[in-house]
Amino acid sequence: MKICLAWFLSILLIFPQIVGCQRSKAGITVAGSTSVEPFAELLAEEYMSRYSESHIYVQGGGSTAGIEAVITGAANIGMSSRNLTAAEKKLYAVTIARDAIAIIVHISSPIDNLPLDKIREVFSGKITNWKELGGPDHPIDIVTREEGSGTRESFQKFVMGKEDINLGALVQDSNGAVRQVISSDPNAIGYISLGLVNEQVKALRISGVQPNLTNVYNGKYTFVRPFLFVLSGEPVGEAKSFIDFVLSPQAQKLLLKEGLVPIIEKLG
Amino acid sequence: MQVPEKVIEKILLLIALSSIFILALITFFIFEEGIPLILKVGPKAFLLGEKWIPSKGLFGIFPMIVSSFWVTLGALLFGIPLGLACTIFLSELVPPSIGTFFRPAIQLLAAIPSVIYGFWGLIVLVPLIRIHLGGPGLSILAGSLVLGFMILPTIITISEDALNALPPSYKAGALALGATHWQTIWRVLIPAARSGIVAGVILGMGRAIGETMAMIMILGNAVKMPASFLDSARTLTTNIGIEMGYASGGHRQALFATGIVLFFIIMALNTLAIFLSRRRAP
Repeated sequence: MKICLAWFLSILLIFPQIVGCQRSKAGITVAGSTSVEPFAELLAEEYMSRYSESHIYVQGGGSTAGIEAVITGAANIGMSSRNLTAAEKKLYAVTIARDAIAIIVHISSPIDNLPLDKIREVFSGKITNWKELGGPDHPIDIVTREEGSGTRESFQKFVMGKEDINLGALVQDSNGAVRQVISSDPNAIGYISLGLVNEQVKALRISGVQPNLTNVYNGKYTFVRPFLFVLSGEPVGEAKSFIDFVLSPQAQKLLLKEGLVPIIEKLG
Repeated sequence: MQVPEKVIEKILLLIALSSIFILALITFFIFEEGIPLILKVGPKAFLLGEKWIPSKGLFGIFPMIVSSFWVTLGALLFGIPLGLACTIFLSELVPPSIGTFFRPAIQLLAAIPSVIYGFWGLIVLVPLIRIHLGGPGLSILAGSLVLGFMILPTIITISEDALNALPPSYKAGALALGATHWQTIWRVLIPAARSGIVAGVILGMGRAIGETMAMIMILGNAVKMPASFLDSARTLTTNIGIEMGYASGGHRQALFATGIVLFFIIMALNTLAIFLSRRRAP
């Protein structure tokens, strides 16, 4: 009986301490878009290595959930990979970087360039064979992202407009998975963040415009979405100091290295 | 100091109850989240609807129910003959020296994480299917093959137990009547262990329907009604797995509702397996 009691007491003793530990290292919470999350994590790590007394918690959940969390006060900063809607305009938003989205095909594909309307017809299922685009006689394998994905939302807005993506399209749940499928399937076409395009896949020119930083800056390549930090008001304290860091040339250089489009055009 | 036995009993009871409590809690939340959406969309539109476009409020999971059964059926087509052959070999024909190596190897098959199966399927099987049979390669066929391997340990372990549990007199009697070893296996032992073998197959089927990670990687996840084994498909589990990351509101409820359907399918299969394994062989 005594042993039981001792166990019980020690558990009681341990628990508040665990909770207490977490509370004592209070910091700010950054939540939202899973597209922004990896970059925010990187920035938070860098920031915390400079200011060891601060702590920044980065969580995913999606753009809408992140903005929601800022409104309810569950998070200090929300991450969004889409523009704010009219109802959300009253929030304070900072663009921390931009992300271009590239249409990609297999490295061996003879296609280099497609006009926007052809891309739309491919993804809506009106064009089903590469032959119709001047390629080999082979069915096209469309690869898209899952419903709810911010990348898919941007693609829908920029390319598809009112039309639906064909239900027969292959669905992958991350940029990396889309790239993996396309890198191994000579007949596939899909879309991922420009920063994640590597030598395994080929980014198409859209109506003759090559997706690259120069064309994003001069406004020729418009398939670009903002990465926002959203706050309920003007940033203060820890949140302000973190945002100042994110906007600094060092942090922006870090983002450029990770493949994003920095807000500062000329980086040292 | 001696701890009274009553206390230990109570503590063990509490621990046992906690596992049931967690099960009840999970069930409650799945239903609490999912039922409102099924009622809102209408059970018929939900179960028999052919279009899944959450952004437009269309929540039809019929293609996924069909795909789940296609993939499972495919897995059984590969898994049952292989599993049964393996069981017969292990319980009747294997020399003891090889058997001691074989059994752990098969149990190891069950210990491989499903993401590894998925990765192997994606890198090895999918390109083979695309090059030799056509289509995108990410297909029901690829999923079925991988699942067929994944359910082998379940089928083999349970079937072998059923065969080993038979009274030795069955085998002795058959052999004494002049039957060959193969005739004994095929005409006496297998039929006698039938209920156990069927239970193993049904549990394997439950595993196949529930598998998620490997299937997300191999099936291609297209949300349309599959027309052939070379088509991409989305099962009930992969629908939840692939979309839960961003789902909110009605979309999230719809994923829970998908879970309810899955819940009933798995319950039915497990009940069937329990019923069959309890029934005595005729």
